[in-house]
Amino acid sequence: MAKYLILIYGDDQQWGAMSPEEQRAHDAAHVAFRDAAGSAVVGGEELEPAPVATTLRTDPAGRVITTDGPFLETKEALGGYYVLEAADLDEVIALATRLPEVSAGHSGVEIRPVVDHG
Amino acid sequence: MFATAAHLTRDLDLAEECAQDAYVQALETWTRTGIPDRPGAWLTTVARNRALDVLRRERVLRRALPLLVADDSVPGPDDTFAGDDRLQLAFTCCHPALSRDAQVALTLRLVCGLSTAEVARAFLVQETTMAARITRAKKKILVARIPYRVPAPEHLAQRVAAVGEVVHLIFTTGHTAPIGAHLVRRDLVDGAIGLARMLHLLMPKDAEVTALLGLLLLIDARSDARVSATGRMLLLPQQDRTRWDTRMIAEGAGLLGDALRRRPPTRYAVEAAIAAVHAEAPRWEDTDWVEIVALYDVLVRLWPSPVVELNRAVAIGLRDGPRAGLEALAPLLDEPSLATYGYLSAARADFLRQLHRWGQAAQAYQEALTLTDNDVERAFLHDRLDEVQAHRGT
Repeated sequence: MAKYLILIYGDDQQWGAMSPEEQRAHDAAHVAFRDAAGSAVVGGEELEPAPVATTLRTDPAGRVITTDGPFLETKEALGGYYVLEAADLDEVIALATRLPEVSAGHSGVEIRPVVDHG
Repeated sequence: MFATAAHLTRDLDLAEECAQDAYVQALETWTRTGIPDRPGAWLTTVARNRALDVLRRERVLRRALPLLVADDSVPGPDDTFAGDDRLQLAFTCCHPALSRDAQVALTLRLVCGLSTAEVARAFLVQETTMAARITRAKKKILVARIPYRVPAPEHLAQRVAAVGEVVHLIFTTGHTAPIGAHLVRRDLVDGAIGLARMLHLLMPKDAEVTALLGLLLLIDARSDARVSATGRMLLLPQQDRTRWDTRMIAEGAGLLGDALRRRPPTRYAVEAAIAAVHAEAPRWEDTDWVEIVALYDVLVRLWPSPVVELNRAVAIGLRDGPRAGLEALAPLLDEPSLATYGYLSAARADFLRQLHRWGQAAQAYQEALTLTDNDVERAFLHDRLDEVQAHRGT
């Protein structure tokens, strides 16, 4: 078995603009995903929108600089993630395809294998 | 043999090493004992044992290494086993999580057994570039755990389509090599046909797979007639049709009939039907251009692409005469994706030549010459250019 990180990307504004019914359908789809994935889900959270992010870097002088906003200023922001445990990539693809963000036009998911340091 | 080793080790680099070891051992053993009855099976067994040895050691040395033995039972070496393994490998190499370039490169390198240099030459890239592409793709297979198996039935049709596209691309690249001394690259063509046969064995009822195999056979049946005894390229009108492989044509036409019976025609079926119309004409003059243009009309709707439009325009010219052909080609001259496509210039040149517009024809042949690096094609275009230049002078 191997671990995979599912990164959920999309347009923060469009996520924020969902009607109450859309929001309910969206949440129900995540519940259905968790049910289908069962024990394959090792972790996962929804994130507050990217604008409330805080980024830390060092300047050329070596001082830590704190800035307001996400590390990458892109239209598609990271909205949440899951960590799945699966035998291979096909299993992950089959599960992740059920996520509502895959079918919405403005969003999508990225699958990244987690390095096994064990 | 390589596929069997890969099946056991899940590590493509290790499998390559095991396969090479098996060849070395074969050379040593066979010079003493003679070549065994079934050298392929012999090699497979040696490569498998070698892979198992290495695996056992590796397991002790590096437990954490993600090497999986996909199947604990080790069946005896027989041809169906090797065939299944090659098929599994083809599905891995053509996995949708890999780019199309990577799919083609991996399939040629690992399933068809071409060297990295050969794969690089077939696709006009530097060997170092191709080596990097292959290494990156192999790493992704290992790290992301792209599985090594024939996909589940519910995904099979979609996944087979991807393998089919790679097979078709390999075939067309081999059918007229973009560069080099030979018109046809047999290694690519035979590799593609072998893969198509395997797909067809796996899914004998799939219309698209059946049509693909039929298409490749119908086109390849003409290969021997495409080059003269002196190495000159011969187009359809000049080909000696008695040199066409009638057995391959019959097999291809049979597969096409099968495919057409199963469901409405798809891209490969229509392309195969066009090839079959050519194959059925005893002489060039007998070619049914009305039928061919009608088939291209269907193909343009099923698979809209500038190259199909170009072929359709040429067929119109052959049905209605060179003037109509030029008119049909005219809208394609501004098509950006055909800007470096030599066949557009060559087709125009041919119609202009037939209309005795020698100056324009010469220019178009010169244009076509700058767009191909295949020596046989270049020699053909030079001959035609000389011919129109001679007329121009008179």
